[in-house]
Amino acid sequence: MKNRIFGIETEYGLIFIPHGKVYLPMEKILGYVFEGLIPNSWPSNAFLCNGARFYQDTGCHPEYATPECDQVFDVVVHDKAGERLLEKSLPIAQKKLKEEGLAGNIFIYKNNTDSMGNTYGCHENYLMRRDIDFWKVTEQLIPFFVTRQIYTGSGKVLNISGRSHFFISQRAQHIHEKTSSSTTSSRSIINTRDEPHADAEKYRRLHIIIGDSNMSEYATYLKVGATALILSMIESGFRVPGIELEDPVKAMREISRDPTLKKKIRLEKGKELTAIQVQRLYLERVKKYLASEEEDPISSDILERWEYVLDELEDDPMRLDREIDWVTKKGLIDSYMEKEGCGLDDPRVGMIDLQYHDISRDRGLYYLLCKEGLTERIATESDVIKALEFPPQTTRAKVRGDFVRFAKEKNRSYTVDWTYLKLNGYWEETILCMDPFSSENVRVKELIAAAGNQK
Amino acid sequence: MKKQGKKKEAKKTVDEKGKEEAASAKSEVVEKGKKISEDLDNIMDKIDDVLEENAEEFVKNYVQKGGQ
Repeated sequence: MKNRIFGIETEYGLIFIPHGKVYLPMEKILGYVFEGLIPNSWPSNAFLCNGARFYQDTGCHPEYATPECDQVFDVVVHDKAGERLLEKSLPIAQKKLKEEGLAGNIFIYKNNTDSMGNTYGCHENYLMRRDIDFWKVTEQLIPFFVTRQIYTGSGKVLNISGRSHFFISQRAQHIHEKTSSSTTSSRSIINTRDEPHADAEKYRRLHIIIGDSNMSEYATYLKVGATALILSMIESGFRVPGIELEDPVKAMREISRDPTLKKKIRLEKGKELTAIQVQRLYLERVKKYLASEEEDPISSDILERWEYVLDELEDDPMRLDREIDWVTKKGLIDSYMEKEGCGLDDPRVGMIDLQYHDISRDRGLYYLLCKEGLTERIATESDVIKALEFPPQTTRAKVRGDFVRFAKEKNRSYTVDWTYLKLNGYWEETILCMDPFSSENVRVKELIAAAGNQK
Repeated sequence: MKKQGKKKEAKKTVDEKGKEEAASAKSEVVEKGKKISEDLDNIMDKIDDVLEENAEEFVKNYVQKGGQ
């Protein structure tokens, strides 16, 4: 697989259910969560020892941005680590609330919608070569992203005109444009925000905001993995000809609304294909591309899983209830409705829809299945635990992680961003780290060594 | 990393190797790749244990400010 930096930013849903009638502004609740995560801290924007960033995003959502990863596997692990960090903050935050006489429970959800139709995102970032024509890439990518939801969707029960329906994707109904620079209105399939956090002459950022947040590690692995393969293929000059869709936004909604996956969408040239068929065109092209490259076990693994999932989706989507979030959720809901003799509009079904995404492993329904061994994992729990403390060792995140750990140990205040590090104090200089592929920085090494000599 | 496609691997084993091996491969499938449908009663009971009460009010109250 080509050298590439990946990252995922996840905005979480947050709610406090008090015992009794108390109103607390969301900012205050989030403040307690922050304190649970970073004791004696304050900032609503913090870089952690594992190189990740945790901060308060638009709409008062806690947001976790993974450190820079150069392996798809690492993205999966660090995305999970974000969930665990928030989960760990919950008892501490609730204890603090209690001390102030505010008893109740905080719930954090890794999903993308609330009961009023508001949405919050899960954004993927891929570093791309600057010298590739971005608009041509965009045309190639749109049909892929429109149809990818058949394995990346997290499922959602939505009431439309008085009737409840099961949708494949949480996010599909909130996308209105093909491309735009906005992330809070007119959300688009391809977002044009171009902050590479690297040498902008060489790289640009591909910022993807249409994806659902995934509980399933398998879905995250496939989401980032298949996308990375497509990007590498396009960067190598391979194209999927004649794939442009007549109306991508409409197609995305139509696919989301049909869990049988039989719905055909219209291509610009008048042809009609199902989402699975569109994905297969990409898959076949990627196979050709990979055949022209040196063999690489990671690409082969992603390809194998991608093909397996498409085959299963074609035969019977419900067979993927271990791997794919929307299928797992739909399986749960269908069984529950059968057992209770209720319909999709039953409030308990709405509760399952929400509680599937609860990150607390004692309450979340995804984790209930996990505990019973009913979900397909990519990482082990020890991989995830390690990622709570340590960044990937092969990217810039290693430098940042070392620096943050050093500053904390020395009890020094610091200012850090994706591309620079600084110990606060008038004599200190800013250390620039513009290369996200570089896991070493001489100045950070010297700084740490010098402090060691002073002991 | 676990490999996907356990079922497929198992199928191949049935075709290619003896019955004994097939049986052991099959039990591995069940052990490692149990489906929700195979454990449904257990799961449905457990859902009832953890599902938040007052579902209607809970879901209605779950309101967020729009994010990105």
